[in-house]
Amino acid sequence: MDAESLLLSLELASGSGQGLSPDRRASLLTSLTLVKRDYRYDRVLFWGRILGLVADYYIAQGLSEDQLAPRKTLYSLNCMEWSLLPPATEDMLLQTSVVKGRFMGDPSHEYEHTELQKMSEGEKVFEEEVVVQIKEETRLVSVIDQIDKAVAVIPRGALFKTPFGPIHVNRTFEGLSLSEAKKLSSYFHFREPVELKNKTLLEKADLDPSLDFMDSLEHDIPKGSWSIQMERGNALVVLRSLLWPGLTFFHAPRTKSYGSIYVGTGEKNIDLPFML
Amino acid sequence: MEDLESLKQEKENQEPGEAGRPWEEIAASSQDPESALSEPLESEQWPETGPQPRSSLPQSPLSRSSTPLDDLTGPGASSPPSPPQEDSSTPSTLALAGQELATPWQSDKTTVNVNPKAGTPRSHHLEQSSDKGESTAPQTCQSEGNTFQQSQQTKRLLYGPEDMSDNNSEQKELRFNVFQEEDSNSNYDLDHAEPGVSEVAPSLLEIAIQSAKAYLLKTSSKSGLNLYDHLSDMLTKVLDERPENAVDIIESISQDVKMAHFRKKLDTLQNENEMLPIYEIAEKQKALFLHGNLEGADQELEDEIAENSLPNVMESAFYFEQAGVGLGTDETYRVFLALKQLTDTHPIQRCRFWGKILGLEMNYIVAEVEFREGEDEEDIEDEDVTEERDDGDSEADENDEEELPRTFYKTPQPIPKEESRTGANKYVYFVCNEPGGPWVKLPSVTPAQIVIARKIKKFFTGHLETPIVSYPPFPGNESNYLRAQIARISAGTHVSPLGFYQFGEEEGEEEEEVEGRRDSFEENPDFEGIQVIDLVESLSNWVHHVQHILSQGRCNWFNPTQKSEEEEEEEDEEKEEEKGEEPDYMEQEVGPPLLTPISEDLDIQNIPPWTTRRSSNLIPQYAIAVLRSNLWPGAYAFSNGKKFENFYIGWGHKYSPDNYTPPALPPVYQEYPSGAEITEMDDPSVEEEQAFKAIQEKAAALPVEEMEETEEDEDEEDYDQE
Repeated sequence: MDAESLLLSLELASGSGQGLSPDRRASLLTSLTLVKRDYRYDRVLFWGRILGLVADYYIAQGLSEDQLAPRKTLYSLNCMEWSLLPPATEDMLLQTSVVKGRFMGDPSHEYEHTELQKMSEGEKVFEEEVVVQIKEETRLVSVIDQIDKAVAVIPRGALFKTPFGPIHVNRTFEGLSLSEAKKLSSYFHFREPVELKNKTLLEKADLDPSLDFMDSLEHDIPKGSWSIQMERGNALVVLRSLLWPGLTFFHAPRTKSYGSIYVGTGEKNIDLPFML
Repeated sequence: MEDLESLKQEKENQEPGEAGRPWEEIAASSQDPESALSEPLESEQWPETGPQPRSSLPQSPLSRSSTPLDDLTGPGASSPPSPPQEDSSTPSTLALAGQELATPWQSDKTTVNVNPKAGTPRSHHLEQSSDKGESTAPQTCQSEGNTFQQSQQTKRLLYGPEDMSDNNSEQKELRFNVFQEEDSNSNYDLDHAEPGVSEVAPSLLEIAIQSAKAYLLKTSSKSGLNLYDHLSDMLTKVLDERPENAVDIIESISQDVKMAHFRKKLDTLQNENEMLPIYEIAEKQKALFLHGNLEGADQELEDEIAENSLPNVMESAFYFEQAGVGLGTDETYRVFLALKQLTDTHPIQRCRFWGKILGLEMNYIVAEVEFREGEDEEDIEDEDVTEERDDGDSEADENDEEELPRTFYKTPQPIPKEESRTGANKYVYFVCNEPGGPWVKLPSVTPAQIVIARKIKKFFTGHLETPIVSYPPFPGNESNYLRAQIARISAGTHVSPLGFYQFGEEEGEEEEEVEGRRDSFEENPDFEGIQVIDLVESLSNWVHHVQHILSQGRCNWFNPTQKSEEEEEEEDEEKEEEKGEEPDYMEQEVGPPLLTPISEDLDIQNIPPWTTRRSSNLIPQYAIAVLRSNLWPGAYAFSNGKKFENFYIGWGHKYSPDNYTPPALPPVYQEYPSGAEITEMDDPSVEEEQAFKAIQEKAAALPVEEMEETEEDEDEEDYDQE
């Protein structure tokens, strides 16, 4: 959700119970403005909160002019002092995929993981148990990256591709119509398209190249990994990810207000097929 | 397109004929395209009707008549197709236009005669112009007037019905015709001898023009107009009125033309007002806001009780907001009103906002309720129904044939559910999907449902009737599963500060006291509060005030063997063998007693089950203690030292760091051990039979009695072996 319209967005997203206490809100409003100034971001998004056992991580993201360019992620424990997280790499994903359980809330906390590694001494090849230490900060980075790639959502038409390539916020976006708002196909993954390139020409024929340059949600696997609800009559659409429970996306049809927030434990729900 | 082509063909057919005609006729036909829209009508009729009057009439100078005709026929011709809503009126005007157009080549005078008729139903200027014509006409052509009028009438008879029936299709044709004519118009003007050049071979240009025109003819979804008709109307108006400096006032002309369309809808179909859900829910919630005023004034007595039972939702919502949980202010207030509605309409002694369970399509708002004494009979009826059903099943089994061995397997004795107001059924739960929606009472929970619910993990859909498809099969639908989850969550996460509740002394004695366990508690009147800092720092200052649910699925131990002792001993033994594997059979299963501190809760694989927090580090003196369950994500509790509240919002699932694994399949029932009863002896061989015969023969020599005895013995043996 946009840092500038944080209060309205929080109110809209409150149906899932994910809120912020008044002192957090006030401090976020203050500190995110400063973040925007200091880091020279075009836009600052309040990304959400990862619940730790001892403390919570508050996450914000800075966007540059090109909306789909790699984002900078910051975290804070007290909503005032923000620290920049390193960009996620493949290695980190691989490394942290072995860590399970809850976050502690201490960035310097080290998870210990024992794994078998093949050691070779001369001709002998034997396996040895090696204790690998994984910092929680690394895990935080990779989890945020995973969530962003899997379930960051944006309504169709909110961004548009300029002829020169960069993707900008669409100022003429007037919100989705009611009938569109009920369909998953009018929501896109807020990331570089992956599936789009694999589509056949026939499927691409109806797409508007200036708007449909991202993957839509409707082909997500497994089918049914989203819960889409109309709340308050039809005044509010709420999308909840079932794959990453805690991610809530809201959009008030026919208005510009939309956004998403993640409040959760930072764990993927791999039991999804059993639960549907 | 077929229409178009056929029209073209018609035209082409006509043209050779026209070419052969005198100059005047061509001139007349060249005007048709301008008047345009009635063209197909005419073109079909020409061969039959055209020649007759023409031959009878003297040729008159047409060059003069052409200019007034333009003015007169123009508006008439272009107006019919423009408003599609005008259906009822168009046929007549079309017919009239047709008549009108049929006339021009005959003479000046005939047009004058026709015009008054044609003009009357239409706009003012037509009449005016026709009046002008009339003033000159009567003297000059009285004689021909009569004959023409006759032919006119016959024509009308001919045309009328056709026009009516063809109306719809013609309107379309007309539009396309217009394009072609405009195209060809220029040709006519330039070169009369080659009228159809452009039509014979449709060029790319023509197609482009046609598509452009098709675009112009696109009807707006808002006003029902199209740009083409609008432009032609405007030009008509300009040509009619011939204003000075038309270009300057073109905007206002445009506006005037649009205003002229302001007319009644002739549609008989009425648009039914759409009932948008947003209005529906607003209507429902309006009832919430009105309810208080109406009821409150009437029954003071009722209100006193209701007020007592109604929780202060807003106050606890305020504290939860400090903790960063909650539904948002207005939503909470709506829930508050919905709870008021609930307490006003039911005999409720105590009510609490339990929380909200998220679903796939809709959510559940849950209210925890305690009825007043003796006012919850519905429960009992429910129980009877279920029990009867169970009996019916078992009876049906017993009626099987008696000869064959019946199944030894007996379904494990069902553990009865707890009475209402005790154990897991201590409270009654009402749910609704949205504040303002109807409250639905959830059925009471059975131990079997809890036991199974522990083994499955399902999303709620938001519809209470949804069947739960799972392994192991869940006895009931979503309402039962919801109720079971509520029971589990309540038992796990409802906590209060130490000392807030104490055991009721009198009641404790009445209840079966087993190992100091007590089932009831009451508020401690002398509770003095706990420092918030203590609540945050020590988990032992929080206690459970809801009974632990045993793995049996009940809060109070039910001994499944008690009944069986009364029955025959054999069965008892069998059961012991069967149940011997279960460790909780012999001993009574005991869980932590009521008011146990949560510091004794079990860890979840090195993860502490609770997280405590102070709501604000900046202003510690007014902060509250916030408790968050890690076992049931979404369960919160707060306490400011004196007050406390519990709240759950989430998917209704328990947390486990490991993946959900479906329970293992039940053990395969072992086959009967192959023993003496199963195996048979080989068939008696010949030697054996011969030996037997020999014995028999020997026996025959012996007295008869002995032989009989031996036979009987053998029979018995055989029988036993079976």
